[in-house]
Amino acid sequence: MQNENLIPVMACCKHYNVEMSFIHSLGQYGFIKIISGESNEFIDIDELQTLEKFIRMHYELDINIQGIEAINFLLDRVQNMQQEITYLKSKLNVYENKTL
Amino acid sequence: MAFVDYYKTLGIEKNATDEEIKKAYRKLARKYHPDLNPNDKEANKKFQQINEANEVLSDPEKRKKYDAYGENWRHAEQFEQAGRSHSGAQQDWQEYTYSGTQGEDDFSDFFESLFGRATGHGRSSHAKFRGNDVNASLQLKLRDAYTTHKQTFSINNKQVRITIPAGVANGQVIKLKGYGNPGVNGGPHGDLYITFVIDDDSKFKRVGNDLYTSGEIDLYTAVLGGEVLLDTLSGKLKLKVNPGTQNGSTVRLKGKGFPVYKKEGEFGDLFVAWQVKIPTNLTEKQKELFRELSKQ
Repeated sequence: MQNENLIPVMACCKHYNVEMSFIHSLGQYGFIKIISGESNEFIDIDELQTLEKFIRMHYELDINIQGIEAINFLLDRVQNMQQEITYLKSKLNVYENKTL
Repeated sequence: MAFVDYYKTLGIEKNATDEEIKKAYRKLARKYHPDLNPNDKEANKKFQQINEANEVLSDPEKRKKYDAYGENWRHAEQFEQAGRSHSGAQQDWQEYTYSGTQGEDDFSDFFESLFGRATGHGRSSHAKFRGNDVNASLQLKLRDAYTTHKQTFSINNKQVRITIPAGVANGQVIKLKGYGNPGVNGGPHGDLYITFVIDDDSKFKRVGNDLYTSGEIDLYTAVLGGEVLLDTLSGKLKLKVNPGTQNGSTVRLKGKGFPVYKKEGEFGDLFVAWQVKIPTNLTEKQKELFRELSKQ
């Protein structure tokens, strides 16, 4: 694997001081995508931000993988709702301005 | 306010054990952690206060110093003078409050007066947090969304110039990486999510990539056929009208609709519903001709 956007899982574990099993669990739950190479496993550089978030949740806040799954689901819903609120507020604004 | 009670911040007694401090910190951090409270400035501020309290109380040396000088913070000056020198301005302490801002100043003045700039230890105390994402909306006219164009707007006191590709949809969200709120502890900026709100147009209705409009024709053209000029979003279009065109009938003009988002040269279709205009104020001669026709 020559892709410079891929980082070996082993290097991530060393850098963040986390167990390999934790990264694998994140992969199994579908939170991050682990790419298998010939003799190594990799994570795309774009996933590092997400990975760091999950590492913080697990190691700083003592949240297990099932808890992370629930939180992730709820955060997604919150984000979608926030976007919908922003959209609806703007739409409402359009109608209010037209009425005035 | 002259003093920050770190024990109170963590909700623990002064004689709390290391384990109790850790437990209290984790409990509160789970509640106010920026990862769990995106776009919540209050939670973010609270988390910084908890973090600061934990930074001091979880470190035996700092806790000792805090317990000895914390409440009588004015003595801390003497304490500090023994270890390092101050500038004149720094000695003139008036009050110590949380700054409440994000970014570089993550610790209160009170903290810095006692311990200097935070240097940190461990993962939790000085983790870099990515800034919160920001949601914004951008209002466009349907005719603006028809062509690729640039727009400049202000967000977080920053001028952002973006190219809006033709065919952007109502409610569509685009992400601008790094244009969100600044990170904490030097972490990266969050992202900016822009939701497009596209105003309705009085003449054209958009459904997906297709456009719907109406075209007016006079009775004679509807009956005998002919040509009309139709307004479209790309200009005037000469259209052939078939003889015997019924009022309300629709023609489909392939590829004359709305541009397909990020697919150059691809367009939806334009549907034109004919509205036959019945003549009014007829002359006597015209009326006679119609009467004759009706007898046929």
